[in-house]
Amino acid sequence: MTSFLFGKLGYGALPFYSAIATVAASMVVLGAIGVVAFITYLRGWKALWTDWLTSVDHKRIGIMYIVVSFVMLARALAEAMLMRAQQVAGYQSPGFLPPEHFAQLFTTHGTIMIFFMAMPFLIGLYNFVMPLQIGARDVSYPLMNSVSLAFTTAGAMLMMVSLCIGKFSTGGWSGYPPYTELAFSPDVGVDYWIWALTLSSIGNTMTGVNFAVTIYKKRAPGMHLFRMPLFAWTALCVSILMIFAMPPLTVATLMLAMDRYLDMHFFTNTDGGNMMNYINMFWLFGHPEVYILILPAFGVYSETVSTFSSKTLYGYTSLVWATISIAVLSFTVWLHHFFTMGQNGNVNAVFGIATMLIAIPTGVKIFNWTLTMFRGRIRMTVPMLYASAFMILFAIGGSTGVMLANPGFDYQAHNTLFLVAHFHNMLIPGLLFGMLSGYHYWFPKAFGFRLHEGWGRTTFWCWCLGFIFAFMPLYALGALGMPRRSQEYFEGAYLPYAIVAMFGALIIGFAMVAMIVQLYVSIKDRAATNVFVGDPWDGRTLEWSVSAPPPEYNFAILPEVGGRDTFFADKRHGRAYRIPQHYEPIEMPANSPLGFIVCVDMGVTGFALTWHIWWLTIGGLLVFAIAIIARSFNRHTKRIISTAEIRETEKRWIEAFQFEPAIPVEDEVTNLNRGLARIPAE
Amino acid sequence: MPQSGHAFLPTRIRHGLRLSPFLPLSLTACQADSISFLHPAGTIAALQREWLIEIVIALAVIIIPVFVGVAFCLWRYRLGNRNAAFRPDWSFALPLEFLVWGVPATIVIILSLLIAGSETRHSPERQIGTAQPLDIQVVALNWKWLFIYPDQHVASLDTLVLPVGREVRFLLTSDKTMQSFFIPSLGSQIYAMAGMVTHLHLLANRPGRYLGENTQFNGMGFQGEKFTTLALLPDQFTQWAQHARTSPVTLNDETYRKLLKDGDDRQAMTDLGVKADTPDPMQPQGLSFSNVSDDLFRNIVSRYHGSSAHQGPMPQ
Repeated sequence: MTSFLFGKLGYGALPFYSAIATVAASMVVLGAIGVVAFITYLRGWKALWTDWLTSVDHKRIGIMYIVVSFVMLARALAEAMLMRAQQVAGYQSPGFLPPEHFAQLFTTHGTIMIFFMAMPFLIGLYNFVMPLQIGARDVSYPLMNSVSLAFTTAGAMLMMVSLCIGKFSTGGWSGYPPYTELAFSPDVGVDYWIWALTLSSIGNTMTGVNFAVTIYKKRAPGMHLFRMPLFAWTALCVSILMIFAMPPLTVATLMLAMDRYLDMHFFTNTDGGNMMNYINMFWLFGHPEVYILILPAFGVYSETVSTFSSKTLYGYTSLVWATISIAVLSFTVWLHHFFTMGQNGNVNAVFGIATMLIAIPTGVKIFNWTLTMFRGRIRMTVPMLYASAFMILFAIGGSTGVMLANPGFDYQAHNTLFLVAHFHNMLIPGLLFGMLSGYHYWFPKAFGFRLHEGWGRTTFWCWCLGFIFAFMPLYALGALGMPRRSQEYFEGAYLPYAIVAMFGALIIGFAMVAMIVQLYVSIKDRAATNVFVGDPWDGRTLEWSVSAPPPEYNFAILPEVGGRDTFFADKRHGRAYRIPQHYEPIEMPANSPLGFIVCVDMGVTGFALTWHIWWLTIGGLLVFAIAIIARSFNRHTKRIISTAEIRETEKRWIEAFQFEPAIPVEDEVTNLNRGLARIPAE
Repeated sequence: MPQSGHAFLPTRIRHGLRLSPFLPLSLTACQADSISFLHPAGTIAALQREWLIEIVIALAVIIIPVFVGVAFCLWRYRLGNRNAAFRPDWSFALPLEFLVWGVPATIVIILSLLIAGSETRHSPERQIGTAQPLDIQVVALNWKWLFIYPDQHVASLDTLVLPVGREVRFLLTSDKTMQSFFIPSLGSQIYAMAGMVTHLHLLANRPGRYLGENTQFNGMGFQGEKFTTLALLPDQFTQWAQHARTSPVTLNDETYRKLLKDGDDRQAMTDLGVKADTPDPMQPQGLSFSNVSDDLFRNIVSRYHGSSAHQGPMPQ
């Protein structure tokens, strides 16, 4: 059934096998058409091309990462709601989703939420904030940054295409063989999953290298490692985790691809293959991965708790060492994902104890944030609401994690909804609240106007209550022995919990709506909420010391750092907002279309690989090679920003901070806030 | 074809459990005596419930201060409360440092002792008691479970029958995908993988009917891959085995090939030409086999090895 021109593609690949699939595919197509129409209506194509698609500015790349993340969040959330509804309908009845469709949903939901929601969100946040925080003008490899985004976006595009053409994998986000081998999954679904993951993991590996080098090499004068904000510290740890954890995933998925494409037998049942090798390698990536996901959130909380308590971070050194030890320990516990694979109990005990060790630095962090609030002046803004809810809910999730670290209990809870509840308990109040907290906190810095506070609170309460209703019942269901990934079940005892969980999922759906409304309202009111001066929260670190949005070069004069919370100390001692006597020209990287070319090309190549269209695969790889080589002949990779241009840009900002009054922090969420908030002197 | 029903003497046993004279046993909540370790029916499950309670108590030492501390700070140090102390530069106190590192570390040490002690002694591959356990070989298929009783030379499909009070040693393998064998009310779960044998020791201490399931997603019949676990008094177990030995369906290469076909137990019965016990497709059918060959399990495992070499200990 393969042709030279179209590989395995045929009319059967169209999504008309079920009404829901047809609607979902139509939404993707209509959404794409809508975006194109909207950009055309705004006459924005030229600006999109010059300012965004070809940009290598870390701030714009960060924003584009977060846009990708939001789009994918909306899709994966819809999938989650469908699954929750199915588990209400699926009591002693097939419900409305056939098993195959349900299996595709839980696979895409997991894959998207991890690789195309969480990872782009945190990488986007780091991209935007981290260079500003360490006083750098850009990351070390701006073009590679754009290519990393291209790989991630290509993977996300592949996920979207899979909704419209063909079916996706049904093997779960972890894709355990032998089920994902040809013998049991002959369709192209697993291939979609393999190439989406491969693209994403290549992009993330490059990001890790890029960020680590940036932090080692690009810090402003005087910014010693132990003067960096905690958020930058987590960036460093996460980058190192990415560098070491992503390759095992790339290798594992490529070996699975070799099994499927080249008739190898790494993980098959037959001919000497062993699926346990895959599981081992996958979690060698998978466990560090969950710390890649949570450390950025810890970084955000360290910033927001300190800022909104108007207090320096308690136990900075402790927090740094806790972060480092979490990063190191995260590589020593991967076996706890397969306690039930039949190894000796003593092996399990060692890994169980190693797992619990991670709870020590994590506990230290929570106590330190609490002590940061102690004797502060706390403003309950949206980021602080997220931080408070996080501390309470994360303590619960951490506890269930410690329970699961006990092999004896894990033999009971493994593969049940207890586990699902646990990791959602870590990922929603942990990672996602952290990301949303950071989104609300740094949005004014990125766009120059504040997000609407009221809708922000609505979003927060929907997420918070929705999470509690959606996932607390899952602990009970897991303890009652309900397996994860059940499309149908036969125990009446499960039904009430499933109904409550669906109710929670609905509330989370409202949270998504509230986020969209918030964005719309905020953009509409942007003139009134403008904070061009750039310090709307009485911030403590360097990113608040420049205008909002920051100029392309970030800092007209690179800052001199004399300690922690530099900017706050400068403000207190009247050293902030000094007007330099003269400027130097600044050399910045020039725009390049390479990222965009790689994105389209890799998306096409992934699609061609999935459908066995060999001529297109070879063509795509050739285009990639040619584009990279052609770029190396380009000698105009830098752009000099003249002193005149800098003076012009800075003049506007200087006039603004000289003209705008400083307001007390009590008024920071009102329209009095023009970007200069101050904690009143006692 | 006669049914593979069971002519038990209706016996009243402890806990007022009345055995149905028919052995398709539906697994609805009103029928299964227990679906969870919270209502344990086995030694291991009871221990697991104890461990859970111990862990929760230990963790409360961490959790409660966090709840109280966060709530207290948020209220007491709110911006509007000008009576509260304000120490914006306070960032370190050595005694507190010992506390924030020491308390979690102590809890983790206590929980580590729990792991290193009792739990390790009861890991799935270890024997629970001293008496000779009963061997049951488990073959995971799509989407059904085959239970082979090597000493009794019988086998059953989707109904696991075991004697109360006697330790059972399960030897598990798969002839399809990787699956996870789990009877929550008796204790631990363990993976079954092709070409390998995993071990699991369980001990039922209460007669009854328990939920058994696969928890590892393995395809489109996954949600229906449940089995009934029937814990019987020893003499009833003997009766059951005797009865199974008279089953008209034998388990040889030919019938086993039919079981290999993907589908649930009803599908298998259709293929074997056996009439289903009940019209309800959701109920396990309780099919048993006689004349099971001694080498069947060994052959299933070694099919995946090119040579005669095999991994893992084989039942002797």
